[in-house]
Amino acid sequence: MAFLTDRKRAVGMGSAKSGTHHHWQMMVTSVALLVLVPLFVFTFGMILGAPYADVIAYYQRPFPAVVAILTLLVGFFHFRLGVQTVIEDYVHGFARKAAIIFMICLSYAAAGFAVFAIIRIAL
Amino acid sequence: MRCRAGQCPPLKGTTMADVNRGNRPLSPHLTIYRPQWTSITSILVRITGNALLVAGLLIVWWFVAAATGPAAFALADGVLTSWFGKLVMLGSIWALWYHSLGGLRHLVWDSGRMLDVASSERAGQAMVALSVVLTVVTVIIL
Repeated sequence: MAFLTDRKRAVGMGSAKSGTHHHWQMMVTSVALLVLVPLFVFTFGMILGAPYADVIAYYQRPFPAVVAILTLLVGFFHFRLGVQTVIEDYVHGFARKAAIIFMICLSYAAAGFAVFAIIRIAL
Repeated sequence: MRCRAGQCPPLKGTTMADVNRGNRPLSPHLTIYRPQWTSITSILVRITGNALLVAGLLIVWWFVAAATGPAAFALADGVLTSWFGKLVMLGSIWALWYHSLGGLRHLVWDSGRMLDVASSERAGQAMVALSVVLTVVTVIIL
């Protein structure tokens, strides 16, 4: 006797293996970035070009530091999703899989370095 | 032997799964179309989004250098504030505003609005104009 519902049997069996999760994540991160990007452009833009001591003092303040952390974290996650779509459109076969893995690792590494560096400056 | 699509027998030495894989005729696309507001503004969203990786990595390098010490910071800051760095930052500010407006257009589309060609074209023209205005405003403020 089968206890699985028809829906449960169908989920994940399409060629994409998943549904709208990628698109939903893209929507959430893009809404977040619509707020974060202007905040980051003007906080980071204000201090870029200033002397070392001023930059360190600036990013020890909570607001610029948290804005920078969130923007680079969410930004690189958004990039990781977007670049995957581009690779899926233009690259095929083994190169596709290799390129996706490389770009995802690069995105997470960049986000990791950014978050570590800003926290280290801030604390 | 002629056969209808999807009903061709497998070629000798191949399995059903890899019949003529990668060597199928493609319908002509991209190259035969005259540029349109809808296509060009959409392609630019993709290009700007991916090009922002350069500025993103430069900014991460700048933060890592600032966390490392004055000597490392001097190098990274020197590159970002050089004429070449400023050119990259200027281009990236425009790319960032343009891509953000493109994302906004996608969110509007996702809500089921402005899906007709005329609205999409007007939105595309607005994206180009507004991104330039925002870039000029940003440069004036900063």
